[in-house]
Amino acid sequence: MALPATAQQELIKDLPLTDPAVIDLLGLSVTFGARPILKGLRGDLRGKAIGLLGPNGAGKTTLIHTLLGFYEPSAGTAQIFGHDIVDQAKQIRALVGYMPERDAFIAKMSAVHFVRLMGELSGLPPEAALERAHEALFYVGLGEARYRKLETYSLGMKQLAKLAQAIVHGPKLLFLDEPTNGLDPPARLRMIKLIREIRDSGEAHIVLSSHLLLDVEECCDEILILREGQIAVYCNLEEERKSNRKFLMLETRGDQTKFVQAIKELGCEYAITGDHRLKIVLQGGVEVRDLYQLAARERVQLRRLSYKRDSLEDIFLKAMENGYGGL
Amino acid sequence: MAVYEQTYKRYAGPLTPEWSRFLIIPRHAYRGVFKSKLFTAFFVLCFVPLLIEAILIYLHHNVNALGIMKTQVQELIPIDATFFQFFVNLQGAFAFVVALLVGPPIVSQDLRNNALPLYLCRPFSRTEYVVGKMSVLLILLSTITWIPQLLLFLLQSYLEGFTWFRTNLWLASAIVIGSVVWILLLALISQTVSALVKWRVVASGAILGLFLIPSVFGEFINVVFLTRVGNLVSIGALMKNISSGLFGTFVQTTGTFRIESFDGTVREIILSEPPLWSSWTVLFGICVVCLAILSRKVKAYEVVK
Repeated sequence: MALPATAQQELIKDLPLTDPAVIDLLGLSVTFGARPILKGLRGDLRGKAIGLLGPNGAGKTTLIHTLLGFYEPSAGTAQIFGHDIVDQAKQIRALVGYMPERDAFIAKMSAVHFVRLMGELSGLPPEAALERAHEALFYVGLGEARYRKLETYSLGMKQLAKLAQAIVHGPKLLFLDEPTNGLDPPARLRMIKLIREIRDSGEAHIVLSSHLLLDVEECCDEILILREGQIAVYCNLEEERKSNRKFLMLETRGDQTKFVQAIKELGCEYAITGDHRLKIVLQGGVEVRDLYQLAARERVQLRRLSYKRDSLEDIFLKAMENGYGGL
Repeated sequence: MAVYEQTYKRYAGPLTPEWSRFLIIPRHAYRGVFKSKLFTAFFVLCFVPLLIEAILIYLHHNVNALGIMKTQVQELIPIDATFFQFFVNLQGAFAFVVALLVGPPIVSQDLRNNALPLYLCRPFSRTEYVVGKMSVLLILLSTITWIPQLLLFLLQSYLEGFTWFRTNLWLASAIVIGSVVWILLLALISQTVSALVKWRVVASGAILGLFLIPSVFGEFINVVFLTRVGNLVSIGALMKNISSGLFGTFVQTTGTFRIESFDGTVREIILSEPPLWSSWTVLFGICVVCLAILSRKVKAYEVVK
């Protein structure tokens, strides 16, 4: 069942509306045969780098493919930079770059030939395409290997070549589908660094689909979590971390029953996470000092006190537990 | 995005016209095609019959050369519809071999390496992809079929005079239409097989089989049922009829057959070629089937329903 439009709009109402919408989802639904994959997605995505998260089969890749015009929406539509994905697919494709999840290249071509061809297909004249192919390959770190055949590349190099072909024409929006798949730690770090550089250049928006929360956390300012083809969460990561999501992790000794009762009376939310372990959300006006005073009054020792900000993992897990829109 | 700067920058230069982008595919494909020395040698060989054709035309109009060769003009093959039809058919056979060598990997290697999303995520449609891939063969085959044939027709017209040109102008259209139909069919069938079969050798075998097996089957029908209807299932026979129709050499009745029954009565069966319109219809049907298959197979991603 699709989340009602108003509820989905509610999810994004707190986001700053300073930038025009990069992607505007207008009740987008996609069905394969009788199987609904995306169910009436609504909302406008405005972030510089938007992380697309969700468990397997949530519809992340289908959403990207539909936005690229590979699949026809069964209902509703979407707009990218104001262009409709059904009626103005060509205009959209001139503005976007796409790095597919799976291995994708053209056989028997050197990297520079491949990236040049991709540039030309995007509309660049041959000379400009060749020049930018060299530049893109240098940019992603394949400068020295650019004349080698793509078949001889390692997995990490192929990922970088895919990134090079996605940026050769300088797109305004970059779709990256699992860009760190199969990369070893140094290669992953390099890829993350490149994505952040592109984001920070301010020249392109990024939509990053990944299973790896850490990748999204490091690169994205906004996240869209899909669950069973519906939007579970769409939020600004930094705002979400800041806003009333400061947790205190406490480890106590002694009878904590009265202490817990006192915390409740202070108006703080709490959760007992184990023996002598508490998780508290500090409410406005309540300071850590108050907790020390309470502990002293109730004769409870505080062995450990640490801050824990709401991590992306927490947001993701809550979205998976709570269902649509729950945070 | 200069090399020394190593930063991401958008492209702000001019763009190529959209209509011309399908030509990018053949331009890049030929780099790979002509890397093979064997293929290049064969491609050069394809021009030898054209050279012979040119020499024959030239000899017809050069008394000195005939004198040196001690030959009379009457002894040479006459330059008429049959002459051009023969060479058009000969070049068609060469075109078939070229299609067999170049056609099989044309789409299959993109399918094997998941390259279709890379093409189709750009301002480049599925139709442009199909036309682009098809033009790899169309351009290549044009250079050994109708383009040189047309030039030789013009050479003959130049040497023979304007009257000959005016009288035989229909020959030019027969050369162009006959060759273009054949290379279009070759390109379409090669591309379709290539989209269905991922392995080059199997695809080559499949293309060969598509031309040979129906021919054998058609001949079997012809022999068993004493008819010529079997020619409708043979692509070679279809093209032969169409070519004959275009060059004005089509003969409906191709033979008779006498059958003596047990009671001694003799029955004569006239073997009639299927009418030309039926050959054109079957050819059109083949093209429609090929396009339908291509439309199903040429997609960024297969939808698993």
